[in-house]
Amino acid sequence: MKKGKENGAQGALKRISGPVVTAVGLDAHMYDVVKVGNEELMGEVIKIQGENTIIQVYEDTAGIRPGEPVENTGLSLAVELGPGLLTSIYDGIQRPLEVLVDKMGNFIERGVSAPGLSHEKKWEFVPTMKAGDDVKAGDILGTVQETNIVHKVMVPPRSKGGKIKKISGGSFTVDETICVLEDGTEIAMLQRWPVRVPRPVREKLNPDIPLITGQRILDGLFPIAKGGTAAIPGPFGSGKTVTQQQLAKWSDAEIVVYIGCGERGNEMTEVLTEFPELEDPKTGRPLMERTVLIANTSNMPVAAREASVYTGITIAEYFRDMGYDVSLMADSTSRWAEAMREISSRLEEMPGEEGYPAYLAARLSEFYERAGRVVNLNETSGSVSVIGAVSPPGGDFSEPVTQNTLRIVKVFWALDAKLSQRRHFPAINWLNSYSLYLDALNEWYDREVSPEWNPLRSWAMGVLQKEAELQEIVQLVGSDALPDEEQVTIEVARMIREIFLQQNAYDAVDTFCPMSKQYDMMKAIKHYADLARTAQVGGATPQQVVGIKSKNELVQIKFTKDYEPALDKIRKDMEAEFDAMRAA
Amino acid sequence: MKEYRTIAQIAGPLVFVEKTEPVGYSELVNIVTADGTIKRGQVLDTSDEIVVVQVFETTAGIGRDSGIRFTGETIKMPVGKDMLGRILSGGGKPIDGGPEIVPEKRLETTGAAINPYARAPPADFIQTGISTIDGTNTLVRGQKLPIFSASGLPHNDVALQIARQAKVPGSTEEFAVVFAAMGITREEANYFMADFEKTGALERAVVFLNLADDPAVERIITPRLALTTAEYLAFDLGYHVLVILTDMTNYCEALRQIGAAREEVPGRRGYPGYMYTDLASIYERAGIIKGVKGSVTQIPILTMPGDDITHPIPDLTGYITEGQIVVNRELHRKGIYAPINVLPSLSRLMNLGIGKGHTREDHKKVSDQLYAAYAEGNDLRGLVAIVGKDALSDRDRMFLEFADLFEDRFVRQGLYEDRSIEETLDLGWDLLATLPEEQLVRIDRELIQKYHPKYRKQAQG
Repeated sequence: MKKGKENGAQGALKRISGPVVTAVGLDAHMYDVVKVGNEELMGEVIKIQGENTIIQVYEDTAGIRPGEPVENTGLSLAVELGPGLLTSIYDGIQRPLEVLVDKMGNFIERGVSAPGLSHEKKWEFVPTMKAGDDVKAGDILGTVQETNIVHKVMVPPRSKGGKIKKISGGSFTVDETICVLEDGTEIAMLQRWPVRVPRPVREKLNPDIPLITGQRILDGLFPIAKGGTAAIPGPFGSGKTVTQQQLAKWSDAEIVVYIGCGERGNEMTEVLTEFPELEDPKTGRPLMERTVLIANTSNMPVAAREASVYTGITIAEYFRDMGYDVSLMADSTSRWAEAMREISSRLEEMPGEEGYPAYLAARLSEFYERAGRVVNLNETSGSVSVIGAVSPPGGDFSEPVTQNTLRIVKVFWALDAKLSQRRHFPAINWLNSYSLYLDALNEWYDREVSPEWNPLRSWAMGVLQKEAELQEIVQLVGSDALPDEEQVTIEVARMIREIFLQQNAYDAVDTFCPMSKQYDMMKAIKHYADLARTAQVGGATPQQVVGIKSKNELVQIKFTKDYEPALDKIRKDMEAEFDAMRAA
Repeated sequence: MKEYRTIAQIAGPLVFVEKTEPVGYSELVNIVTADGTIKRGQVLDTSDEIVVVQVFETTAGIGRDSGIRFTGETIKMPVGKDMLGRILSGGGKPIDGGPEIVPEKRLETTGAAINPYARAPPADFIQTGISTIDGTNTLVRGQKLPIFSASGLPHNDVALQIARQAKVPGSTEEFAVVFAAMGITREEANYFMADFEKTGALERAVVFLNLADDPAVERIITPRLALTTAEYLAFDLGYHVLVILTDMTNYCEALRQIGAAREEVPGRRGYPGYMYTDLASIYERAGIIKGVKGSVTQIPILTMPGDDITHPIPDLTGYITEGQIVVNRELHRKGIYAPINVLPSLSRLMNLGIGKGHTREDHKKVSDQLYAAYAEGNDLRGLVAIVGKDALSDRDRMFLEFADLFEDRFVRQGLYEDRSIEETLDLGWDLLATLPEEQLVRIDRELIQKYHPKYRKQAQG
């Protein structure tokens, strides 16, 4: 940490232009947090120019005048880390929104600060180390049962470590000392960490375990690895938000960090009310117990929006350090980039492409690079998977934010407005999407699902690709003009789309589809395709093959919980129908 | 109050004042011209050396001899209960010949953001009586649902029909309407006013009129005044307020004009880079607050330049609002009213306000099925143009006919036809019944057996 308040000189405001203000006579370093004006609004130093210090202010600056004081705290923008993070709902600079309602009512007024964690609440600390043990930075000293998640209390990453002199269990606030080292260092549960600096790790691991999401098109066709990065670009109205919420609800990460960055208030509220009510399928407890939400809606101060993604990823890294798998959703990184652009233009910086600052690409890649599956300082392994939404204006993927994001991320889930208009949900285009983790994950699928899965997926992708080619012909000459074999291909592709790819997020059963069921469903479709092929070789017409009635029942499997008997029956019915056809 | 005569520069709507004492950002400014007229403005940028004032009225008459008075406070709007039934200018002054508003409160016009934690999720279904909205793009209380239209289309009729018919079935609470016109013509304004008067809606409405010949810069504050009023009516007095803002395109033009005058680095198509944040500060002022009775529901109207939905104005709007209702020229040309194209239209909050306990259990699935079938039929129209109807399969022909039927019966309705949600859904089923049952893949069997006209008839017969 930087030096304390004694060096933090006091300065005076010189100019105010929206969220950007200029101060003079201030001795400051880049990214120091400052208090602006008589109301002590929170701000951050973003540029130093001659004797001028340029500050972005996290709150509304209306009414602030030149001449008012500016005070440097000497600290960087940091978050408080410790027990109490889970179930919290923060704004972009880690002010708990619930506390703000108590402090200032239903609207967000300014000049009110609130610590990220409760400093009064007592937590039951159970040491796992004892006096005389040697500890180093990052080591786990003990645990706190925070919710159903066990919070691991660690030696701060920048501590020198040493031999434990005294460690005691019992009830503590986050500020109270729980452990003293031989050299006199006192350790409390609370850690502060500057948000713009990644937390250190021992080693980054390869991405060879998938993050299972229960969404067929994602797990089945375009998986993301634990610790991987993915982008969901989508023109508005293509179901991006629903897809992200599905991921937050169902992915098999232990901790979920959801950043609503420049998002809609009502949609944030939907998340805020839905999460506490949602049951975690694994524990039966509210999903909120393993979630941290950050909500900085589009009309909240733009500088706090800029900070919100850093706040979020720092919290995610903290849980990763404990050995957890964390999934982080940032919705939307385009709003974040726009916040950068807005501040950059107030700074009168030379703009890059479309007015975005020239450092846009660097900032984006720094952010995504904080994802990863790692070995922590304390030898546990954990991961942060980052799923960022981008909102290309006018659905134009060539715009700078989308392009720069695609250069970094490994998975692309191409949401398609055309599909959502047809109510094909999730509206992820199977032709434009990709996952660069497929090869790395093959082994896992062979081992955990079935050795047949990888060929099955390739087969399905092949059919879908073939359909796209055939559709071009159909557009010109109509489907009757296709060869018999291809007419059946079209039908099989339709089945893959309607049965496998379409998934109803609002249906109690279909909302989550385990990998084993995905495998069974795809296998059943393939079974039909094989039967159809055999029948055609035996002389059946496309009409006969497509007319098989029992295959239409397959779609109901999605909505059936204990589906195996029904699926078995369909399989047998299909075989019987084909047998009957052959007999006739 | 100190008066400065130190104007250094006047450019468009901006006045640059030198050598002032410290002036607060965003402060309200009065400018006194030589003939004694007072014009209002707001501080856009303040420093030791120069203060930039944005004037809300025409700068005609302002010169080096004009006096500048900084009021020391940000713009506040006097609000009171007797605003209902009044017509105000775009700057908030009464223009209906009536008395001044008796203020019960003076409120900041910028409006603080509602704490997301304090919001209650919108869940009350608003019945507009228009099938394409109620059935497939449902509006709920607290939502902001814009109408994307284009010049020459009857978006005003649609907005008026919504204002006239909007109700929450089973609830006796009435809507108050706040209507803010920005840069619309006198003729359009009269059209709205006549309808408000005819239907008696004016008594429970507050009207803000900034007409085409009023200063463009005034348009910057008109929606903010309207929303401040709406929030007062909703969150202080407990009304359910429907806010109609028309035309947001004119608002954005004014925003661009000021950006250009300030010599800012322009963003897409010359609109300022902060337009998203600026629009959000308007559109986000809708919603419901936990434990507070009223609500603010917004229907902004915008005309898409050149029918282009990717233009920055509709594009950024769509990113902030919870969906959009798209008025379509082709349907209009076919003589269909209300010409709403359901395919690009969307209500993001629909699922919160429909289904059992809100509308009817089959609503979601019927809506999905209608959408899918119409989309398929509509796609086939392109194919027919190339290969002719005869080359289509029987299945395709069915969907093609469905699309025509959908437009003719579901979309088409009278200007004064107020369909209940049951009527809309039953109509949907009637149309779906023209398709073979196995094509209704989006509806579970149970619902089909309960609501499909075929089974209903059986049940009755």
